[in-house]
Amino acid sequence: MINPQSDAGHRRQTTVTGIVLIGLAILMALLMAPDAAGNATFRLSRPNDAWPVPNLVVPSGPFIYVIAAILAFLGVRQFMRGGARWALLSLGIGLAFAVGAFLVWATAGKAFSLTGMLQATMVRAVPIALGALAGVLSERVAVVNIAIEGMLLAGAFTGALVGSLAGGIGGLAAAIAVGGLFGFILAALVVTYRMDQIIAGVVINLFVLGLTSYVSSQVFSEYRHLNNAPVFRSVKIPILGDIPVIGPMFFNQNVFVYGALVMVAVSTYYLFYTRHGLRARAVGEHPRAADTLGINVYRTRYINVTVAGMVAGFGGAWFTLGSVGRFDEGMTGGRGFIGLAAMIFGRWHPVGALAAALVFGFADSLQQKLALLQTPIPSEFLAMAPYIATIIVVAGLVGRARAPAADGKPYVKE
Amino acid sequence: MTDRTMQNLLQGKAIGRTEIEDMVVVPLFAVIMALLLGALTMLATNIDLSTIGRSYIALLDGSVGSLNAISETLTAAAPLILAGLGLALGFRAGLFNIGAEGQIVVGGLAAVVTGFSFAALPSFVLLPMSLFAGAVAGALYASIAGWLRAATGAHEVISTIMLNLISFRLLDYMLSLPFVQKEGRADPISKSVPDAAELPRLLSAVDPNLRVHAGVFVVMIMVVVVYWLLFRSKLGFEFRASGENPKAARFAGIHSGVIIVAAMAVAGALAGLAGANQVLGVLGRATPGFSAGIGFDAIAVALLGRSHPVGVVFAGLLFGALEAGGRQMQVDAGVSIDLIGIIQALIIVFIAAPLLVRAIFPWGFRHKKGGA
Repeated sequence: MINPQSDAGHRRQTTVTGIVLIGLAILMALLMAPDAAGNATFRLSRPNDAWPVPNLVVPSGPFIYVIAAILAFLGVRQFMRGGARWALLSLGIGLAFAVGAFLVWATAGKAFSLTGMLQATMVRAVPIALGALAGVLSERVAVVNIAIEGMLLAGAFTGALVGSLAGGIGGLAAAIAVGGLFGFILAALVVTYRMDQIIAGVVINLFVLGLTSYVSSQVFSEYRHLNNAPVFRSVKIPILGDIPVIGPMFFNQNVFVYGALVMVAVSTYYLFYTRHGLRARAVGEHPRAADTLGINVYRTRYINVTVAGMVAGFGGAWFTLGSVGRFDEGMTGGRGFIGLAAMIFGRWHPVGALAAALVFGFADSLQQKLALLQTPIPSEFLAMAPYIATIIVVAGLVGRARAPAADGKPYVKE
Repeated sequence: MTDRTMQNLLQGKAIGRTEIEDMVVVPLFAVIMALLLGALTMLATNIDLSTIGRSYIALLDGSVGSLNAISETLTAAAPLILAGLGLALGFRAGLFNIGAEGQIVVGGLAAVVTGFSFAALPSFVLLPMSLFAGAVAGALYASIAGWLRAATGAHEVISTIMLNLISFRLLDYMLSLPFVQKEGRADPISKSVPDAAELPRLLSAVDPNLRVHAGVFVVMIMVVVVYWLLFRSKLGFEFRASGENPKAARFAGIHSGVIIVAAMAVAGALAGLAGANQVLGVLGRATPGFSAGIGFDAIAVALLGRSHPVGVVFAGLLFGALEAGGRQMQVDAGVSIDLIGIIQALIIVFIAAPLLVRAIFPWGFRHKKGGA
């Protein structure tokens, strides 16, 4: 395998980055810019906002040429002396600019609500971010968590069932508890019974999918009132919620968005600024050394994986209590796996995981908006774009992202 | 250890008491426990005891109780075994390939397109060609993930998940293209493959409704091929060496990059073949979601079969039987087929965690310090 830190690997990364950027620049200058006519109008505020902001009007053709020039500059720089140092940063900036240019191209001659899209981005990022956070918490103690998908699904199901009977708060609490239960089961299987971690995760996914689908087709189809939960409404935080553009994104949302933001902050603090977090990370990096120093490896893993399950259970409740109030079979639709990708993309760090989840959320909501703008690109390809982008980014980022050293390995106390 | 057991069994050597425990007692306990817990689940959802009894009789009846049931079991097991073989081979090489689902989609699509594009060809050319197209498409699609892993180190779990999601969109797109879509249809559905491209049904002389098709021969051939490849060929040795200890393999002069791409390609070819098997043997055309989660079930099959070709066959047959029996259960007793998913998951838990089974049934085993 190639060591990305080595010179050859580095040089290749630089070359690839350069080629990608120049390729994008050519694509834009030749295909998108001549096609874009008129101004692209981005609405930055909504009719009854407290502090209205004028619309952002961009002349689409010239804008795309400028972006293409910037990309070409960044690409050519890769091949000049010292360019290698900035390869990843350039790629990141370049891709962001490319997305911007793409948006302008799609909006040319039309109007488009940027605020609305950012708000939708945050909403769609929530389950992915919470899934990724659950992954971070358990992988930091070296337990690979493939079961995120199952935990999300369990949370969604419990949220709907208990929420229908006991109201939203009760449903939420139950979803967290059931998520924690599956976290505990995962910990028991892999720590105490030393089952292969990936098998344990796959099994939990299968089990939860089977159980929830079974109950929903056997019971919910007959007793509909059991699957009719209340939905948490958005709560606007005074003043902050009125900030133009980003206000609605962060401060006019429901409890799940606030909860996700708080959890990311708390877990960052826990993992990197407390004694317990340090111990947890030690268990993930070198369990034998941690054990020698008197840290209880098994207990640390049990606690962290159970908490991870609770986080995922909370994220799962978003699907029912946070959006539609009703459970459908397999409604998580692979969000748990995307969360896993976000975790790696975010380098096993809670804030990174949130950022990665936002990228996925953005791609998700972008695809929906673009369908409304009627671009000539088939919607299937737009839907693919985030996944292709993930592959490119994960491939480009490797070497910078390192998993906890003991990740996936069972620990047997001597 | 199980591996050695399998080898011993295959070579006709005597096996000891602990090995019998591993091979027979644990799986038996696993199945019984899973069925018991399944019954408890049914009780919990307010199903009375007689219905539970009827549903388990239907499960048995629908999986092995008649010629039709056996035919259904084999039909359901064939793609699971094919894809499971590929995944098992990947696991042996240290690759956790979650992408069988996407490879099935791409392989099936390629097989369908080849089938109806060359409809004029005679069956003995067209059928192998369609199968081959499916295998090649699956192999190419899987090697993307292999290449990414080898060239950049991108983890195959992520890239195969993404490739799965991409393949579903690709399928939707392809099915709406004029040259793939069935004439006169507005919904996404492909043209049907001609009879010459279909895997012939084996027992249509007995009863035209028996669905078991020539795909079972493909499965048998592939089991032998994979066994040979893994345990008798140089490439297979290199796969296993890279999986067991990548560092040592590299120092021994094995090109890990080439091995990764090759292992993914072979796994993809088998999954593609599973997709081709489905469209050419059962469905006759491609529809959205025709892969029906086979690629994910195949992960369980490969794990349950302990990544050994022979084990995969038995695991695939068990899952196929549960699938076929589950359908009967739904019809006869009105119990949702989703119960099968629960039972399957529980079986894997108990088989994959022998320590757990030993903890639950300590009297079933000779006491052994240290566990399995």
